[in-house]
Amino acid sequence: MSTTKAKLDSSSGMESQLDYSSQYVSFRVDGQLLGVPVNMVQEVLTEQVISPTPLARAEIKGLLNLRGQIVTAVNLRKRLGLPDLEEGDSMNVVTRMGEESFSLLVDEVGDVINVSGRSMEPVPRTLDQHWRSVTIGVFQLEEGLFVILDVETILNFD
Amino acid sequence: MDDILQEFLAESWENLGQLDSEIVELEKDPQNAELIASIFRTIHTIKGTCGFLGLTNLGAVAHSAENVLGKMRERILDVSPGAISLVLEAIDQIKALLQGLEATGEEPKTDHSSLTLMLDELAEYATKAAAETPASAPEPDSETTPAGSAPEVEVGSSSPLVESSENAVEHEEEAVAANSETKSETPGPTVPASVAEDTSTKSSKVSVADLSIRVNVNVVDSLMNLVGELVLTRNQLLQLARGDEEESKYAAPITLLNRVTTDLQEGVMKTRMQPIGNAWNKLPRLVRDLSQVTSKQIELVMTGAETELDRTVLDAIKDPLTHMVRNSADHGLELPDVRKANGKPESGTVNLNAYHEGGHVIIEIEDDGAGISRDKVLAKAVAQGLIKEADASSASDSHIYSMIFHAGFSTAEKISSVSGRGVGMDVVRTQIEKIGGTVDLTSKVGKGTLVRIKIPLTLAIVSALVLESGGQPFAIPQLGVVELVRLSAEDREKIETIHNKEVFRLRDRLLPLVHLNEVLGLEETPPDDHDLDATNIVVVQVGEDQFGLIVSRIFDTEEIVVKPVGRLLKNIGLYQGTTILGDGSVVMILDVSGIFNKCGGSAAHSQSTSEETNTGANRDTISMLLFNVGENQTMAVPLALVARLEEFPQESIETNGGHQVVQYREDLLPLVSVEGAGYGSGEPLDPQPVIVFSDNNRSMGLMVNEIKDIIDEQFVIRMQSDRSGILGTAIIGKNAIDVIDTQYYVTRSTPNWFEDVEDKKTFRVLVVDDSMFFRQLVATALESEGYSVMTSDSCVNAIELLQRDSQFHAVVTDIDLPEMNGFELCEWLKEQDNTKNIKAIALTSSSSSINQSRATEVGFDQFLVKFNSHELVSCLDEYFARIEHETGVKA
Repeated sequence: MSTTKAKLDSSSGMESQLDYSSQYVSFRVDGQLLGVPVNMVQEVLTEQVISPTPLARAEIKGLLNLRGQIVTAVNLRKRLGLPDLEEGDSMNVVTRMGEESFSLLVDEVGDVINVSGRSMEPVPRTLDQHWRSVTIGVFQLEEGLFVILDVETILNFD
Repeated sequence: MDDILQEFLAESWENLGQLDSEIVELEKDPQNAELIASIFRTIHTIKGTCGFLGLTNLGAVAHSAENVLGKMRERILDVSPGAISLVLEAIDQIKALLQGLEATGEEPKTDHSSLTLMLDELAEYATKAAAETPASAPEPDSETTPAGSAPEVEVGSSSPLVESSENAVEHEEEAVAANSETKSETPGPTVPASVAEDTSTKSSKVSVADLSIRVNVNVVDSLMNLVGELVLTRNQLLQLARGDEEESKYAAPITLLNRVTTDLQEGVMKTRMQPIGNAWNKLPRLVRDLSQVTSKQIELVMTGAETELDRTVLDAIKDPLTHMVRNSADHGLELPDVRKANGKPESGTVNLNAYHEGGHVIIEIEDDGAGISRDKVLAKAVAQGLIKEADASSASDSHIYSMIFHAGFSTAEKISSVSGRGVGMDVVRTQIEKIGGTVDLTSKVGKGTLVRIKIPLTLAIVSALVLESGGQPFAIPQLGVVELVRLSAEDREKIETIHNKEVFRLRDRLLPLVHLNEVLGLEETPPDDHDLDATNIVVVQVGEDQFGLIVSRIFDTEEIVVKPVGRLLKNIGLYQGTTILGDGSVVMILDVSGIFNKCGGSAAHSQSTSEETNTGANRDTISMLLFNVGENQTMAVPLALVARLEEFPQESIETNGGHQVVQYREDLLPLVSVEGAGYGSGEPLDPQPVIVFSDNNRSMGLMVNEIKDIIDEQFVIRMQSDRSGILGTAIIGKNAIDVIDTQYYVTRSTPNWFEDVEDKKTFRVLVVDDSMFFRQLVATALESEGYSVMTSDSCVNAIELLQRDSQFHAVVTDIDLPEMNGFELCEWLKEQDNTKNIKAIALTSSSSSINQSRATEVGFDQFLVKFNSHELVSCLDEYFARIEHETGVKA
């Protein structure tokens, strides 16, 4: 059941994003170049004060105050099953979903990458199950592989 | 729905709201011409707009009601209880039609001919009677009403009735200072009568209307949010400025900003304030109906209707308030002869009083009825194990009476007037606590009962205590805080333990203690200043329990703007909101009942709070009524199917042709008992608890042994049943409980319900729902109406089925389904050539506007709320009739 659902979600997600534009905000997490559709990103912030939320699941770093709006910060490293950042600050990629805003904590934010003219390929089948469920596809760029995340699934726990 | 219709609905609801109370008032004061005129105008406006919008059905009912009111206004017809009842009924039907209109955007095609006929007859009778005795009809001086001479009116004929009342309105404005007292000898009853006050009040009303505008609630809400943010920014600025040197050039503008912000906040708050009287509108009508049904004389006295409170709070207390007043009138007050025997006036009084008290609104509901015996409640509480016998003697009155609000505190044994109060009182408390209010009850036997509700003025900005635990700040709404206790280091030994649980003796009472940091899974930071040597205890109240939260530091009380808990944090259950403090930091607002729950406190009522924060997440939560039959067998029925809960004295139950019936609300209510082994045994109970099911103006009563509880449960039917009358077995709580099939009992009690069912077997309906319970419920309802029904448990299977066999006329589907949801199914349906003509009906438990617009987008023909099988059936009937008409084939 859950696999079918994921398939449906990602296919519908892919469509809407392609329709919209071919631009993605790029960022790095644990060395990997990742991206989310530019139209899903509200803004990008440097390190912010984050109030912890006791008893929340480990992937949730806490809450931050974005000009009076409360944003839930998601530790993307944890969400992707990667080790925590040893030193240095995280940056915030704030995305909006439904009525709420979420911040994806990443190591470093890069440029907005325009992929027009290229086609998205499915992620390799050998990728581990968890990564396959949170990614939509991959672009081949000169500077490396650009993996597009499925924001909806990432923000949809369990 | 287009704007005109929306506007019409909004306006009509507003007008109808005050109409109920106006009509009841009219009954008391039949000579009040101004009242009649006002009522007449409201109905006339509705009628007029109906004609404009082409709402024929609604127009017809309004028209007939207007006729009768017109006659009353002209003093041709007496304002009698019978006539008033008829008018009230018409208003009810108008409301029902408006509701249908609101839900579907189309006027329901229900039949109102019997009512309109009765109204028309009444109007006609009045005209005739007036024609025969012309002197009794007060007439305006014909010279002062130039437009009213109406030569075209034929006296004594019924045909111009409509005309005449139309005229009455058209000429209303022209009638200049008509003297209604002057009696004319000329028989001419249909000449419109206008009253001087009428015109004057009208003009004053216009000027009031000119001063107000209608604003969408969303606009006010978003304004409120913005102001909330402004307040926070202001607070931050103030804190920054405090650190600055006094001569700072920012000082003056910041002071100004501070003042303007405060004023703005107050102003915006004011726009959201509504007089509590808006929630009271329905009560006079309710009490009037009750007094007729129960043959009690009840007077409802309302004071403080102008007391204002936030509209969200107002909405939230409407239902509990209605429930409490109904309880007071129905169960609290005694019958006139009983009252007389006890030396009280025959007419009982229910006092409703509202006033402000220190940032809160207090609402008191007081009756001078029989009261509730403390000892009987106590005995019951002991019997139910709510209180230990040993504690019983020392328990305070308020503690004992608070037991009434306990879930499941119901009345298997006869307890004077507590009877019937058990069910629903816990719901009342739950609802009031949801908005941060409290409720207590005091009573004196023979004197009456007083219920006192204390609620915050607004939900958006609350006063909260800011504290620290585990090195982090948290906030607790001030309303839940009883007191603060501070133990110095040497006093700390006063904290004692029972089996490792800490308790503190607070004025002879044992206060259970909880370390907040432990509940939150935080390490307590070691004390770094002498302040932390002391132990800070925040004593909080949860329902009737108090407990102490040990925190490391207590800061200050702050006005905070409550923001909802984010989606990813909802399920924790310990937070009721978030807020931003003056320094810009985000803190969590603690839900004390959630904390109490987590520490093993009673879950009965506190679960509601965590549930509220979960709304939307648990889509399958259904309120179920639990009841006992036979030898302590518990069964359940969805609460939405229950019309009322009643108790009938054994002597009122009659046997009629082998069937048990009881006289109920001027009708006979057939009574049946639950079938099956072990269910029907036992002595007849007196009074007999009965669950009343109602459908389409017919009712049926199911006799049970005891009403136990109402629970909100996510429930799953585990086993389908082949026993008649049982839908299946559900796991509710931790028990397996049979869910009864109400349709079965309804059919059995009134077999003729389904006798004249048209054979619609040619009309095929596919029902898609993942819950077996709903599939069965909908299928039974449709089959009993003669439809041919197939079911499917998922959209995927439904599509498979439709690909094999597309000969369906309608697909009725749930929205929230796994794998593929109802929207997607509908989209698929409307894309295929051979299925696109199939009617698609969405059934959902939440009728949110987002869903509705999405439903229209994907092509649903109808969007209905679950459980309302009547609406579904009438909707299908309509399609069926249309198809029959189109194809010319008679089924």
